[in-house]
Amino acid sequence: MMAMLGHLLVAPVVLPLLSAAIIVTLGDRRRPGACRAVSIGSCLSLVLAAVYLLGWSAIGQPVAYPLGNWPAPYGIVLVLDRLSALMLLLTALLAVAVAWFAAGGWDARGRHFHALFQLQLMGLNGAFLTGDLFNLFVFFELLLIASYGLMLHGGGARRQRATLHYLVCNLVASTLFLVSASLLYGVTGTLNMADLSLQVAAAPVEDASLLRSAGLVLLVVFAVKAAVLPLGFWLRDGYASASPPVACLFALMTKVGIYAIVRTCTLMFGAEAGGDANLAGEWLVPVGIATLAMASIAALACRNLAELVACLVVTSVGSMLIGAGVFSAQGLSAALFYMVHSTFAVALLFLLAGEIAHERGALGSDLLPGPPLQPGHLAPLFLFAAIAVSGLPPGGGFIAKVGILQGAVDGSWTASSWMAIFASSLLVVVALARSGSMLFWRPLGSSVTAAFAGTAAGLPRASAGPSWFLATALLLLLVCARPVQQFMDATGAQLLDPAGYVDAVIQRDLIGPPDLIGPGTDRLRTRGGVPEVAAPAAAPATTRGARGT
Amino acid sequence: MEILLASGIGVLTTAGTWLLLRARTFPVMLGLTLLSYAVNLFIFSMGRLAIGAPPVLREGVERYADPLPQALVLTAIVISFGMTALLLALSVRLRYDSGTDHVDGDGGPNR
Repeated sequence: MMAMLGHLLVAPVVLPLLSAAIIVTLGDRRRPGACRAVSIGSCLSLVLAAVYLLGWSAIGQPVAYPLGNWPAPYGIVLVLDRLSALMLLLTALLAVAVAWFAAGGWDARGRHFHALFQLQLMGLNGAFLTGDLFNLFVFFELLLIASYGLMLHGGGARRQRATLHYLVCNLVASTLFLVSASLLYGVTGTLNMADLSLQVAAAPVEDASLLRSAGLVLLVVFAVKAAVLPLGFWLRDGYASASPPVACLFALMTKVGIYAIVRTCTLMFGAEAGGDANLAGEWLVPVGIATLAMASIAALACRNLAELVACLVVTSVGSMLIGAGVFSAQGLSAALFYMVHSTFAVALLFLLAGEIAHERGALGSDLLPGPPLQPGHLAPLFLFAAIAVSGLPPGGGFIAKVGILQGAVDGSWTASSWMAIFASSLLVVVALARSGSMLFWRPLGSSVTAAFAGTAAGLPRASAGPSWFLATALLLLLVCARPVQQFMDATGAQLLDPAGYVDAVIQRDLIGPPDLIGPGTDRLRTRGGVPEVAAPAAAPATTRGARGT
Repeated sequence: MEILLASGIGVLTTAGTWLLLRARTFPVMLGLTLLSYAVNLFIFSMGRLAIGAPPVLREGVERYADPLPQALVLTAIVISFGMTALLLALSVRLRYDSGTDHVDGDGGPNR
């Protein structure tokens, strides 16, 4: 039984893949109801699995799951630690809201919504779990190719154009990812992230600059995914033009970039990495400040609620970088709390923007006076989400921002960080107050409303359930702030001490039945035992031989 | 051999970057293709250059080619092929839906 539960670690990757296959087989045109049921069922099972894995990760050290039972530096491992378990739960909860919302009619606006959605979940979960750099690349490509399909969902020239920009930016980023990964392999002879952490620390001085450039190229790649300032201009149009359930899911996509940046800087180029330690230390915080400033100013200039929310996604990226860029336990913990909170808040706002656009028909979510909105959940939830996302006192965002401010004290950019966070909060409050008063308090007369009456029919009916679900999640986060914060503190501490992660992978804390672990796998790791052409020492001989021929 | 490979990668990257910065979808796609060729060669060279050396263990062989970069290149080729196909389909669709092959869809100054 325990062995079976051990295999649950691979469920977040396998389950969505199976669901996607089932959904494609069922056919979303022939049996839309069954496809929705499978998709929502898969998301709910993912929540259960993620809760179990979170409990497991909270007990103690990280756990490694060697796929196919190949030993660590040679096979591919999945690794569960507190951070990856947290990301899995966040993904699963958001996925429930997305699948639920899409089942209200948006999924019928194009083909294969649920299949692509499940594949995207598989890519996301895989990226959070994998402990192998090249495998991370593969999962990134998986989630990206699914996200291209999802971003196109619903069609239209505007979506196609935004997707083209997104696609080209990410293809260039993937190219750089390959350059960086292969450079790291060329220097260290491994792609396993835990092993890389050891090899980078043990690398000779003459390789330090190569390793450093490889690491920095890797950070550039993740900065593209996270939409950090000079590399994030694809985001606003893409997210604003995507259909609401897709935009809601994409609230998580930038967080994958942040996750990868944190993983790179704490694990592979962590404190023990010698000359390569503190890889991007001087850069992350100022870049975060610039991202925050640019996005807050852009938020003021938005003429559409969906665009405004897309700008809020970028402000959250900036705030997280300010928190995480210090790489203190306090800063990391605050950034993680902020990440969970802002993901839910922004996702909720995307759903509300979708519902508002639905009610206003042809006006969409443009910030213009329009027909009055139905009294109901929209106005209170918008107020609640606006308070949460701007970090005003009653909301959980306040706790997170205070944490980030406290964390910034440890860094060398304290004054600028504080100023940026305060100023951006003010700008975001102004932008949200302006859009809220425009949408809710300045309705046009009933004669004009009649002109828009017929136009709403073309859009699918939105449902209020998922919005309430996300609002409840935000409220729970606020009520349970203390235990959540304790979990985040422990996560930050675990991230800063990568020894446990490395031990779990390299010591091969295997989960499967022990008799499957062959006797020969034990000491495969010793470099001399294998004909190692990849080892840098062997390189001159090989190249010299090549020149001779 | 090294100079040939290195300048090959360099030329492909330069041409790819130049094409990528064009304003029409087809040159952009060609640019990305060239870039992916350059990267594939780069990955290959990271396993060190070994001519006529087998990648699998064999009796009486001293020098081996590193098999891992070859596997990585294969994966990278498959993925970039899929992505290029998607990009091509999207570009063609955009061309028909918006009436122009400009990457911003508005035709640019020449239209």
